[in-house]
Amino acid sequence: MRYLPLTDTDRTAMLATIGAASIDDLFADVPEAARLDGPIHGLPNHASELSVERHMAALARQNTVAGDVPFFLGCGAYRHHVPASVDHLIQRGEYLTAYTPYQPEIAQGTLQMLFEFQSQVARLLGTDVANASMYDGSTACWEAIGMARRITRRSKAILSSGLHPHYVSVANTMAKYTGDTLETSLPTLAADTDIDALIAAIDDDTSCVVVQYPDILGRIADLTPLADVCHAKKALLIAVVTEPVALGAITSPGEMDADIVVGEGQSIGVGLQFGGPYVGLFGCKEKYVRQMPGRLCGETVDADGKRGFVLTLSTREQHIRREKATSNICTNSGLCALAFSIHMTLLGEAGLRGLAELNHAGASAAADRLAQVPGVELVTPVFFNEFTLKLPREARPIVRELADRGILAGVSLGRLYPGEDALENGLVVAVTETTTAEDLETLATALQEVLA
Amino acid sequence: MNAINQSGWRPEMGKGGDAAPATFTGNRALMLEEATIFEIGSTATTGVDLADAPAAPSRLGSLARSAPIGLPGLSEPETVRHYTRLSRQNYAIDLGLFPLGSCTMKHNPRLNERVARMPGFADVHPLQPVDTVQGALGVINELAVWLIELTGMHGVAMSPKAGAHGELCGILCIKAALEKRGEGHRKVVLVPESAHGTNPATAAFAGFQVEDIPATAEGRVDTAALKARLGPDVAAVMITNPNTCGLFERDLKEISDAVHATGGYVYCDGANFNAIVGRVRPGDLGVDAMHINLHKTFSTPHGGGGPGSGPVVLSEALSPFGPLPFTERHADGHITLVEEETVEDRHPDSFGRMVAFHGQMGMFTRALAYILSHGADGLRQVAEDAVLNANYVLRSLEDTLDAPFAASGPCMHEAIFSDAGLPDGFSTIDIAKGLIDEGYHPMTVYFPLVVHGAMLVEPTETESKAALDQFIGALRSVAERAKAGDASLKSAPYFAPRRRLDETLAARKPVLAWKDAVA
Repeated sequence: MRYLPLTDTDRTAMLATIGAASIDDLFADVPEAARLDGPIHGLPNHASELSVERHMAALARQNTVAGDVPFFLGCGAYRHHVPASVDHLIQRGEYLTAYTPYQPEIAQGTLQMLFEFQSQVARLLGTDVANASMYDGSTACWEAIGMARRITRRSKAILSSGLHPHYVSVANTMAKYTGDTLETSLPTLAADTDIDALIAAIDDDTSCVVVQYPDILGRIADLTPLADVCHAKKALLIAVVTEPVALGAITSPGEMDADIVVGEGQSIGVGLQFGGPYVGLFGCKEKYVRQMPGRLCGETVDADGKRGFVLTLSTREQHIRREKATSNICTNSGLCALAFSIHMTLLGEAGLRGLAELNHAGASAAADRLAQVPGVELVTPVFFNEFTLKLPREARPIVRELADRGILAGVSLGRLYPGEDALENGLVVAVTETTTAEDLETLATALQEVLA
Repeated sequence: MNAINQSGWRPEMGKGGDAAPATFTGNRALMLEEATIFEIGSTATTGVDLADAPAAPSRLGSLARSAPIGLPGLSEPETVRHYTRLSRQNYAIDLGLFPLGSCTMKHNPRLNERVARMPGFADVHPLQPVDTVQGALGVINELAVWLIELTGMHGVAMSPKAGAHGELCGILCIKAALEKRGEGHRKVVLVPESAHGTNPATAAFAGFQVEDIPATAEGRVDTAALKARLGPDVAAVMITNPNTCGLFERDLKEISDAVHATGGYVYCDGANFNAIVGRVRPGDLGVDAMHINLHKTFSTPHGGGGPGSGPVVLSEALSPFGPLPFTERHADGHITLVEEETVEDRHPDSFGRMVAFHGQMGMFTRALAYILSHGADGLRQVAEDAVLNANYVLRSLEDTLDAPFAASGPCMHEAIFSDAGLPDGFSTIDIAKGLIDEGYHPMTVYFPLVVHGAMLVEPTETESKAALDQFIGALRSVAERAKAGDASLKSAPYFAPRRRLDETLAARKPVLAWKDAVA
């Protein structure tokens, strides 16, 4: 087997050194009844690289590739162009096949990268500090709710109706077990966000308000008034960003005084990958850092006085504090964080702002064009690169019909909010720098035909 | 043929770099210093070329950004060089043996990387209509089948993002099952002293009280003590098998039967599944839930700390409670997705969603390619070679380092040593740092807690005998230096990109982000 270097000669010699008669002797502690002596049901024996590649390629061919068709899906995962050097660099064995940097003398590459990543993320989100990444945006979101509970010693979280429904689902799942009370509501197909309603709902039991920016329908709203009321009531404002490219064009939640800003970093460097692995972003005000979950990298010096980096404040973490840890999380999304950091370094401020402008202008043009289709109405006048249309009838079958024509037209709200009649005509359309004018025209024309 | 030096070329040890002159750059030939992007980049520099934005009205309202962000940029050549130079300050499996106990740092096959990057997997959106992603769902479904078969379990939850996330999934299944039975009052989870820290953290996170189970002198769970503690308030036992001392828990079936008899469930931490894959099925030992670290047993890359992937196999008793989403393959081969919409009909007892979307798809493709490459015979050989390699290390070094459980029988996939034989003034950390100068990443140190100054060595099956021999020689040499009172060891490493780092300073005055403005 190509991945196993030992030869039978080696094995024999090693058994002799060990003083065992056979391999079976080494498994002597396994009770007879638990020994699997037969083959694994249905699994063939080892296969050549070529045949495995063919098998996997056959599976891959059964999927419609986003890049092959006019493509308009967003809602928490966005298709952006990732420069070739990003994937080249993350495949370097020194990154790909390294472990968590617990031995800092021989992990300065990963550690300095994490320090740079944390610094980039903190600046992007507008927070003082950021951690070394979480699993993804949805898990970062519920970790933030837990962090707010620990800081405020209150357990009622108010979730905006504009928060991604999967994020709400995850928070609901966790709240059942952690004792948090969640106030949730459904969005409406309307131009305005629920900021005013959130402000009205904050009371003395509120630990935090969780608001998505831009929200699930693509809407953006000033968070400053909400932050002010949260702080007056001694609650925290948690902002969720699922499209970090937006922060190249709009004011960040941290700049609007959000206490914790979490997000999904997939847009930068990572790719779609059918939902994972992604990279959760997690930033907060400095005063809360000791309640933060996850890994943190910090600057220090070595015995010769040279600058170096280490994982730090690990007394928050499970491997030190066990049942008293701030989270049970053990890992981060190291390689995805690296991809994010490299892509962000390639962009730089100028590139990010240019990219954001390109996304916004494309989306703005698309909203105008699609709103010209008879019966189609633009619901969200203020947005970044994602907007919501109201179709004259249920959107979900229309999305399926367009998929049959080779167009991936967006995400129907019926898919995200099954059974909610008031939302079923909604279609969320995302436009990025990868969307061409031809793609848009193809969609507009096909949509008009399907609706006719 | 005998002229070939099979032991590997070994240079004569020099005296180190004490006579080396300082350099103008601070570099030392191939050991290159690299500043941060904040010191070498500028906010005006970019390494991407973008098309001009089309003319369209701005719809950002009052929120258009006015203030600078402060993100440094580099041109493409500078970017490639920056990250390449940084990478060379990392140890990695591609460079040498990585003997981290409990972490299974095996070779990461590059076929898996190629497969994961096929556009049909890499460039697919999680919310595409189900008919357009049959191959992606097919990968999830096929991997699920093999994980169930390999573990002898009934079902599997694919969405957990990492091992600890998988633990949470399993514990939530247990909690949901207890609540369904009207026994939500069971509040205690028993965890062995030797468990990974994630186990108690997970149980506490889910609202349970954690109680420790002691270990016996031979490094296994004290079965009698555990059984004595079982009762109507115990929800579950979390047990690691093979355990973190590298030993197989012989009594696991007996423990499972006792736990089940008293109404509890058995959670198994599957971190060490590599030792038994293809040879032992946890389902045959009465396990109710076990996470599988795809980044350990199934070789998906650790990536310097994630992303991992932690699917959880479940017994028949717990399968109904598993999280959304999951796939269902129908008689005609078509695969559908059970999500919020269909959960009431198809999976009414599910405890809910753990994560947006479907889990770590990029890891599923890699793990599936790995499983198919090895096949049934290869996977069994993986376990055998992993165990053989660990025992070879144990028996080769037990005369040099204290091996507390050497008499407990063969070890499984990892060998454990303690600092018992080291003279005053020397400890495990010195052995670890000495190994760095020898060109190795240290073994896991100071874990598990049940062994004083633990050194946990897991060579994995992807090391050759020659590689093991050299490692054994290096570890013996470092241990002998400690035993001889060689004070130079106290300041190791000498040859790494950095000397010992001041972790106290880092924690006392945390500097977690670059503070200065960028040009």
